[in-house]
Amino acid sequence: MRWSLCLGLPPKDMPMHDDGPSALQTGTTPILPITGKGLFVRRKGRDLLDVQDITIGGRGTTVLVGPNGAGKSLMLNILAGLKAPDRGTVLWNGVPPSRSRYCRFGMVLQSAVLLRRPALSNIEYALRAVGHDKVEARNRAHRALADAGMTKLASASARVLSGGERQRLALARALAVQPDVLFLDEPTSSLDPASVLAIERMVKAASDGGMRIVLIAHDLAQARRVSNEIMMMHNGRIIETAPTDRFFDAPKSAEAAAFIAGKILIS
Amino acid sequence: MQDFAASFAEAFQLVFGLNSGLLEVVWLSLRVSLTAVAVAAVIGLPLGAFLAVSRFPGRAVIIVTLTAMMGLPPVVVGLVVYLMLSSAGALGPLQLLYTPTAMIIAQSILVLPIIASLARQTLEDLHVEYRDQLMLFGLGSLARLRTLLWEGRYSLLTALLAGFGRAIAEVGAVIIVGGNINHVTRVMTTTIALETSKGNLALALGLGIILVAIAFAVNALVFVSRAAAERYAHA
Amino acid sequence: MMKAAIRTSMFRSVMAVAMTLCTVALAGDRHIIVQSTTSTQNSGLYDHILPIYEAAAGVQVRVVAVGTGQAIKNARNCDGDVLLVHAKSAEEAFVGQGYGKQRFDVMYNDFVIVGPRDDPAGIRGLSEATEALKAIASLSLPFASRADDSGTHQKEMQLWRDGGVDPIADSGTWYRETGSGMGATLNIAVAMNAYAMTDRATWISFGNKAEHSVLVEGDPDLFNQYGVILVSSEKCPNTRAEAGQHFINWLLGPDGQEAIAAYSLDGMQLFFPNARPNDPS
Repeated sequence: MRWSLCLGLPPKDMPMHDDGPSALQTGTTPILPITGKGLFVRRKGRDLLDVQDITIGGRGTTVLVGPNGAGKSLMLNILAGLKAPDRGTVLWNGVPPSRSRYCRFGMVLQSAVLLRRPALSNIEYALRAVGHDKVEARNRAHRALADAGMTKLASASARVLSGGERQRLALARALAVQPDVLFLDEPTSSLDPASVLAIERMVKAASDGGMRIVLIAHDLAQARRVSNEIMMMHNGRIIETAPTDRFFDAPKSAEAAAFIAGKILIS
Repeated sequence: MQDFAASFAEAFQLVFGLNSGLLEVVWLSLRVSLTAVAVAAVIGLPLGAFLAVSRFPGRAVIIVTLTAMMGLPPVVVGLVVYLMLSSAGALGPLQLLYTPTAMIIAQSILVLPIIASLARQTLEDLHVEYRDQLMLFGLGSLARLRTLLWEGRYSLLTALLAGFGRAIAEVGAVIIVGGNINHVTRVMTTTIALETSKGNLALALGLGIILVAIAFAVNALVFVSRAAAERYAHA
Repeated sequence: MMKAAIRTSMFRSVMAVAMTLCTVALAGDRHIIVQSTTSTQNSGLYDHILPIYEAAAGVQVRVVAVGTGQAIKNARNCDGDVLLVHAKSAEEAFVGQGYGKQRFDVMYNDFVIVGPRDDPAGIRGLSEATEALKAIASLSLPFASRADDSGTHQKEMQLWRDGGVDPIADSGTWYRETGSGMGATLNIAVAMNAYAMTDRATWISFGNKAEHSVLVEGDPDLFNQYGVILVSSEKCPNTRAEAGQHFINWLLGPDGQEAIAAYSLDGMQLFFPNARPNDPS
């Protein structure tokens, strides 16, 4: 049974063209660019988000940096269609986000939500949800797990994995559906160095494969390693957007300079 | 004290005498209460899940009502079901009064609020954790409900057991709608009531001991199979 | 796997309900429902006579044993085919209002007044029940009444009236209205050292007598007549009139009367058949 019309799959009784995975995606339009206009959120008299104009398009990896409470997570969630702003609009390629288009959108939440089933089944589930049949889902899930270097954990319960394994599994699950764009909300916070490295490698590979990546990071070294663009937020506003090297070598704004210098910025 | 000793002796005698009458009564008790729990689960779990994830005007009223109905007096439920199923009642033509089906209906009504309320609480907590992720899967609301129910399956079992406990132990409703008819609608609790009214206190208490043992056995069985299932899911 | 599991469990519960309905439907034509007083059930009479009838007639007799008042109400709601109770005036009213066809005497036994062995009211051996009740009332000694509109309760109220005592006025003090069946009321009487009135059959078969014993018996006023009535198929079209009449005919006929007479407990006969089938009262 198909759970979603997302992939625009032909009805079951119709013969399917064997054109490989790309043929599966012909049924829906791309979701890039993702644009936000006049995004505004205020709580308890404080402006949590005030972003006039943001566009996520093209290719590459953007890392969102900024102190705690800058509005990074909030903006990502709003652009992902998970939260609604008080004011403003989010468009995915000109159309508001809708459930049937999440097959082209991936996101790894701050703390991974894994289903109470084995690791492999977690990935299979996501693939089935976007419309792949049982056999296809299983094959793709095996591949995704292998790409994440987790083949040995295929039948381990997802809920008892270590923190690093959980995060890698969540990432593998998001990547398995081959989205156009992938959001990651602090995917490596409080992970051991090996797990951090593994996740960065997976992200980099996806980016090299043409997937648009937006990632929140607190570790500036990591930001430098994985990104080709840095977006700095502070007090709910985007302060500066610049190519990675330029941002670190010659920040334009005073806030960015202070932030890079490790001076604490608390709003 | 000698009453208690006599009761235990009665209980052992009943169990090891493998009295066919006792088996019949035990079997009917289990059949009625387990079916009632199944019926209540089929309605109550989706209802609880729906209340857990949706927001609409009047939702709070429904939740408070359901929670309050967890304490429905069995006698009142029995009376209402009696009035409905009575030949003079709305559902009289179905001829269900004084049948096990009538008892199942009454117990389902008793158990439904318990299952729905506990499921609602469990799933609402779970939903806080899962909401964003289920959204990201691109699931429709029905598929989301189903996934939540499945993810909460181990906790929801407790809700079902609470419902079963209520059903197997109640006497007020089944004695009114079942009539405590020998070989037809006589269950453990109505037998206990009958033996008490005959003044056979030791026998009544002996039956009570068996009832408690059965409830314990059912719970233990669920506990063990749940542990096994969890091991399997984690294996 | 998830869907399969949910489907299987739903399927199972639906099947369980369906099976229950089926068994009910199958048994539907082969039984009658008798709305009855508790004393006949608690004394074990039905356990003795019904298997004899069921074997002979091939029809299952399902007894719903409640107080006479409630049995009559249930029958009024058409929830029974036959009424077997012991409150003659209420039964006659039932027939008079068209709910029953005819009332027949089936059998009798008698009521007795039981009480604690030390008998503080000194009623042991009195020949008149009303005198005994008056003695209890005058000393305000505890008396447990069923107060449930049963046949026994109706008889008890009549005796109080005959004795010129209004016990309801003292309800909650020495007069205890239990609102329960005969057995439950006897349990209470035993626990409170109270007097109580009961039919003899229930008393003989009662298993928790403790120090209580029969103190007053043999007064003609304590006569306890059981009657049987077929529920009217005009008022209640769903009633199984033919099978019900068959059962009544058997009860009133030689086989039924013999079966009633043959039932005894501890060597004592509990019910005495006195049907006059061709002479309805």
